[in-house]
Parts: sequence; C-alpha cells; structure tokens
Amino acid sequence: MYAQEVKSTGKGVKSLDEMEPIERAFQEKVNAGIKIEPKDWMPEGYRKTLIRQISQHAHSEIVGQLPEGAWITRAPTLERKAILIAKVQDEAGHGLYLYCAAETLGVSRDQMTEQLLSGKAKYSSIFNYPTLTWADIGAIGWLVDGAAIMNQVPLQRCSFGPYSRAMIRVCKEESFHQRQGYDIMMKLCNGTQAQQEMAQDALNRWWQPSLMMFGPSDAQSVHSAQSMAWKIKQDTNDELRQKFVDQTVPQAKYLGLCVPDPDLKWNEEKGGYDFGEIDWEEFFEVVAGNGPCNADRMAARRKAWSDGAWFRDGLMAHAHKKQTRNVAAE
Amino acid sequence: MSNEWPLWEVFIRGQHGMAHRHVGSLHAPDAELAVNHARDVYTRRNEGVSIWVVKADDITASAPGEKGPLFEPANSKVYRHPTFFDIPDDVGRM
Repeated sequence: MYAQEVKSTGKGVKSLDEMEPIERAFQEKVNAGIKIEPKDWMPEGYRKTLIRQISQHAHSEIVGQLPEGAWITRAPTLERKAILIAKVQDEAGHGLYLYCAAETLGVSRDQMTEQLLSGKAKYSSIFNYPTLTWADIGAIGWLVDGAAIMNQVPLQRCSFGPYSRAMIRVCKEESFHQRQGYDIMMKLCNGTQAQQEMAQDALNRWWQPSLMMFGPSDAQSVHSAQSMAWKIKQDTNDELRQKFVDQTVPQAKYLGLCVPDPDLKWNEEKGGYDFGEIDWEEFFEVVAGNGPCNADRMAARRKAWSDGAWFRDGLMAHAHKKQTRNVAAE
Repeated sequence: MSNEWPLWEVFIRGQHGMAHRHVGSLHAPDAELAVNHARDVYTRRNEGVSIWVVKADDITASAPGEKGPLFEPANSKVYRHPTFFDIPDDVGRM
C-alpha cells in the first residue's frame, strides 16, 4: 500500500519452539497483543522491516503532497483552495508523525531523506500519476485516501507502539480527506455534462492505480507471512483490495459514474464483486521508476531539499550562536 | 547532511484541564521554533491549549529490563486500593 514493496528480512516464519528464549518471549508478547516499544528487545528482521515500511509510508505522505499541491493555485473557489491547503498540510503532518516513529528504531531523519532522494527508498506508486484536471483532486480524495484508510485502519493495531500511535492520529484526520474528495465528485456529477465527463475521466484514470495501491496479489507477495506473524500487517493485500472494491462500487453508482472494468460483476456467492485482472506489468514499471511522473516527483523533492539547505543551516547556526551567547552571559 | 536539527519531544495539554501528554516528536533548530513547529504538526484541530517541548536527549527513561524491580513490588500491595476494604452498606457513602 503506502509501503507496497516492503520485503521483510526474516527467513520464513519460525515456530515458537525453534526460537531462542529471548525471541520466543518477544513473539509471545506480540501474540498476546502487547505493544513492542523502541527500547524493548526485538529481532533485527523486525526492526529492519519496520524501518523500511514506516519510512516508505512517510515518503509516500511527503511525495503525495505534490500531485495535489499542483492544484492549490488553480482550485475553483477560495473555499476549495483553503480546504485543499489544509488537506495537503495534513499529508505533510502525517509524513512527520511517521518519520518520528521510524526514528525511534534507530534510523536518522537525514538517512531517510537521503534514501528517498537517492532513489534507494520507495514510495507509493500512486503518486507517480499526473493530476490533469480538477476532477483528479476529487478522485484522489475519494479513491486514494479511501484506499489509504482501508490500509491504515488495521495498522492502528500494529504491534509496534510508535507506528500504531502514529496511525491512530493519521486515521482520525484521514476521513476528512476522503469526504472532501467525494464532495468534489458529487458537485461535478451534479453539474454540466462537461463536468460529469470530467469526473468520469478522472475515475477512468485513477481506478486501476488505486487498486494497485494495495500491492501485488497474495500469490506474489512472499513476505506477507512473516509480517503477519509479527503483527506488522493484519490483512493480506488481496483481502484489503476486495474490501475496497466492495465499498467503492456503490459509491460510484451513487455518483452515476461507471467503474472502468468490463469484468466487474457482483458475485452473490462470495458476497462481493469480482473484478478484472490488474495490469501488474504497469505496476512494476511504475515502482521501478518508469511511471509517468517518477522523474518529476523526485526532481521536485531534490530541489526542495537542496533549495532549503541554506535555510536549515542558517537556523542551526543561529541556534548555536544564541546558545553560546547565553552560556557566555551566565 | 550532518547538520541535522535536534529532536524534540512534544507534550500537549488538551482542552479539559488534563495534564500535558506526550503526542510525538519533531526536529527543530531551537526551543522557540520547536514550539512553533509543534503547533503546526500537532494542533491543527484545536487539540491543545498549551505546548511543552523537551530536547529528546534531555529525557532520562527507565530501562525495559528494570520493569520487574521497579514495578513488581506494587503488585503485592493491594491494600493501596480502596476496594481492598469491605465496608458494610449500612455505613452509607464513603
């Protein structure tokens, strides 16, 4: 999802009997639903997996500001503009909560920034698609934030305390994001024919990428089992994707929009929708850096980081100077 | 990238007269900016009426290994809880 490509480093899931006493005690705590805190003993694989997952999640929040930020200057009304600014500011906040959670595991903020800017760390594939019209802002809130909520709600119960607490804060704020997106879609769908077509076009372009947010299908994601044993992950990618489709299709119907999938069909037996195969080739291309906007997104982040360097350094120099003066005065 | 801003822990007092509570952390060059950043990062929805920031390095924490010696002695002192004592109903409110 926001961390689609996390590979846990454990070598298969060990049974309790195969574990050393210290690891066994750790696993029993996890099984009992007791939170693991930063200073507690934890397997190296658990630590590494969490650093990767939380930092990817944080990077996604930060890069995720870019596609929406592009419409702040072009929002159709002053009210929409104020709402969009608040929403994008929330994404920055979510990134910061998550970076702090990752830092408790012993990785520094600068290390994480460096990993993002060098292309070593990933972020969600979804933010490598362009926002071509105002309806895209509606579609992102409705679909992308909707998918994010679906993923983040179970993460509130994650075994690692700081990640779980960050997710609780994020979830509280996220539902505003989805509702403002749906509100934009409703307005467009009740508008002129051109506005309705704009809404349909946005759904057409964002539907598949939104489904890809949940990551590769269970058959392909070999690392799920360990993450689930560690309670870093609670549901499989396919379970969450199915839940998202079942929740979203009726919402599209209410808008009078057509979900762009000829294979979409209600399946009475499973009590959910069947839907068409996802274009995984496209997904892996985008993750590998070859999506429509990967280069733009990375260029924007690198520019922001290097353009801000003099400012960060200046404030730090000022803080040192002030401190030295205070010490001298004492 | 060596000139990283130091880490601050942030504590917020909520609306209803509760004690300051730890909400998270952030980076800032000095205390004044840490308060400003805390306002933006942790109180966008009226979560608080007061902010404390403390340099993370200045916090001393108990070690997880000390959990037993520190907290277990309290387990046997159940008489510290009012429910330990049976007071007859006839006594009335107490």
